[in-house]
Amino acid sequence: MDITWYLVLSALIFAVGVAGVLLRRSPLVILLCLELMLNAGNLALLAFARSLGNEEGQVFALIVMVVAACEVVVGLGLIVAAYRRRIPLNVDELRSLRG
Amino acid sequence: MKEVAFFAGAIGALGGAIAVIALRNPFYSVLALIVHLISLAGIFLLLQGEFIAAAQIVVYAGAVMVLYVFVAAYVGNVDEPLWEPIPGQRFIAPLLGVALFAELGIAIVGSGLKSIESEGPTVKLGFGSPEAIGKLLLERFLIAFEAASLLLLVAAVGAVILASRKRSGAVEGPVG
Repeated sequence: MDITWYLVLSALIFAVGVAGVLLRRSPLVILLCLELMLNAGNLALLAFARSLGNEEGQVFALIVMVVAACEVVVGLGLIVAAYRRRIPLNVDELRSLRG
Repeated sequence: MKEVAFFAGAIGALGGAIAVIALRNPFYSVLALIVHLISLAGIFLLLQGEFIAAAQIVVYAGAVMVLYVFVAAYVGNVDEPLWEPIPGQRFIAPLLGVALFAELGIAIVGSGLKSIESEGPTVKLGFGSPEAIGKLLLERFLIAFEAASLLLLVAAVGAVILASRKRSGAVEGPVG
């Protein structure tokens, strides 16, 4: 298996994630699509780490996972806070910062 | 054998990704993302990222997705209105996705890198094992490691503050 295959798969997953962010309106699903894009990035990092034969790319992927976990925690906190205040969970109506 | 494993993982990962954006119920989207993550962990194993694959399953498919499942169950089904702020968004968005994939594909294939046209060099035993990753993380990338731990702490505190209920005695902020 050439490394190119892995990179093409990563590009495909990234494009699906971008299309999801553009398409969906629910903030929860948009967060899921961000996860897809971060995972595509992780796959590319691992593929390049393998093609260069050193593990530093894998450490990068691990740090990306940590950042993704932080992003999820804060994003889900915002969604729960918005839901509690009866703010509609729709990114089209969340575009202004007025409470 | 490796090809079969790769294509099985790729079909799972891609099918999961498409299901995430295609399913209307957010709860099913979360479940589709779990399928995607587990398939991707298999592909990570093919790239000899043993520790990353384990972390992917334990941290991502385990812990983070449980958080998602709870919030999806708490918030419930969010109905997305058919009204579109940008006319034709439903058709333009997938088109932009395809265009981005074409661009990335051209970039990958046209890069002319010799190293990605092979399976990669033969690596020593223990490539990507917890031992090797831990050694790198605690020696060469110690600052990144510490910064990540600090970031996790800040995110945890921030989430608690964001999602906490107002205490009865607390001063209410202006609403509306």
